[in-house]
Amino acid sequence: MQTDRLLAWILRIGATVAALMMLLILMFLLFESWPALTGLSLIRFVTDAAWHPLEGAYHLMPMLLATLLASSGALMLAVPLGLASAVFIVFFASPRLAAVYKRLIELLAGIPSVVFGFWGLTTLAPLINEWHPPGASLLTAVLVLTLMVLPMITLTAYTAFVAVPDALLRNAAALGLSRWGMIAGVALPAARNGIVAGIILAAARALGETMAVLMVAGNVVQYPESIFDPVRTLAANIALEMAYAMDDHRAVLFVSGLVLMVLVMVLSALAGLFERHRHA
Amino acid sequence: MSLHISADGYLRFYRTFISAVIAGLMVFSMTTAHAGTQRLTLTGSSTVAPLVNEIARRFEAQFPGVRIDVQTGGSSRGINDVRKGVADIGLVSRALKPGEEDLHAYTIALDGIGLIVHARNPVVSLDKQQVVDIFTGKITRWNAVGGDDARITVINKAEGRSTLELFLEYFQLKNSAIRPHVIIGDNAQGIKTITGNRNAIGYVSIGAAEYESRRGVPLRLLVLDGVASSVDNVRNGNFPLSRPLNLVTASAAQGLARQFITFAQSAQVHDLIEAQYFVPPDAD
Repeated sequence: MQTDRLLAWILRIGATVAALMMLLILMFLLFESWPALTGLSLIRFVTDAAWHPLEGAYHLMPMLLATLLASSGALMLAVPLGLASAVFIVFFASPRLAAVYKRLIELLAGIPSVVFGFWGLTTLAPLINEWHPPGASLLTAVLVLTLMVLPMITLTAYTAFVAVPDALLRNAAALGLSRWGMIAGVALPAARNGIVAGIILAAARALGETMAVLMVAGNVVQYPESIFDPVRTLAANIALEMAYAMDDHRAVLFVSGLVLMVLVMVLSALAGLFERHRHA
Repeated sequence: MSLHISADGYLRFYRTFISAVIAGLMVFSMTTAHAGTQRLTLTGSSTVAPLVNEIARRFEAQFPGVRIDVQTGGSSRGINDVRKGVADIGLVSRALKPGEEDLHAYTIALDGIGLIVHARNPVVSLDKQQVVDIFTGKITRWNAVGGDDARITVINKAEGRSTLELFLEYFQLKNSAIRPHVIIGDNAQGIKTITGNRNAIGYVSIGAAEYESRRGVPLRLLVLDGVASSVDNVRNGNFPLSRPLNLVTASAAQGLARQFITFAQSAQVHDLIEAQYFVPPDAD
């Protein structure tokens, strides 16, 4: 019992440190972006003509839009693909094929983002360039992001499907439902909350992804008119310019970090909500 | 989901935990034991850093007990860090600007900025006005300057990079006037983007571009206003779009920093400078 108590304390301390770290990061972001939040009027992030920090123009909206577009585009592709993969593993594949396929998806999840970016820059962007220049574009970013969040969605959906009580599925079979009827009518609704929580986590990942997007998105700050136009996301903007930024420019970059963080916090709160429903 | 840890699991957890703590302490004591060595921290331009890294390695070999840290982050970071005292020496790939007179700059090499295109692009030469028109979007197709009938992809550098500053200054442009299709960070990303896009034009350090094209990477340095973009033309001063690579200190360099700067400016490192396709400043 002594060891139990000791372990409990170690865990408590560990948990507190983790939570404090999060708070410290948030405070640090606020502290660093304070000069911009107080010194520049906030409306300028929306009304300035463009993003030219060295000429004192800090328009953030195109980058916010690009961030949202790239992430939602990736989800639009990755959600159906991921769900299909999970359904395939759980309900259709033979055990051996399912194991191999799942291992492959896990491998995909483990590929570092810079490798995806490098592949996008040297292979995918030139291919798209042949079709519609300049190649580095919103579309390329969406495709690379899709590959990155696909395994996340697949694996969380897989876990949710596996957690569906066997009794439900057996009852469905006993009622004479077809395999598809069982999946669509029983398994999907029962696993819904877990799947949605996984999608939200994937969205958070897509929003914050930096290196891969930086390498393939083209990084021009503009409202895209088509999916072939280059865009710059908030995270890519921070990575591109932070090392070179000073004074107000630097503070505004921290503001964009803050915006990104708030977006992810909202998403994770949503995920928490679904998680709670699942256990209720 | 619930977590089951057996008694055996606890034991294993403790063993791992304790060995991790011991390993941590050992690393800690090893680093403190080295407190006696002299350290020199250099930060700044990603153009200068690889060269300074080589010089630092040779310097460390000659003066055991000295440890030199080189970190990149751009010329602005070099200036910033030196002013804040975070770094002993800043790496700055341009001449000091007005407002930076409080710092001391020591030139160790020269570098030129060259316009590059894909090797299969038939255009070999551009004049100043054509470059301005291409980058500001007045010329959008290559056939206007004697090339293929294809849309030009303009590659620009991200704000704050000294390559961008020098480019803008030479062509007397404002960054907001440039209509880019791709914005890149470092030279390597620019070269990869050009080699992946036959109709792209960008600008990078001549040293880096010449090095890559000798290794067989399909890119070509354009002739600018009749002057070939080459290391030779940077060396003899004919190439207009060039810059000094500087080591910068907050006050007149002293002690170890002084020693390192003298070393970096001496003939002992000319082979290193030339190996990176830069030009020693006193060569002409």
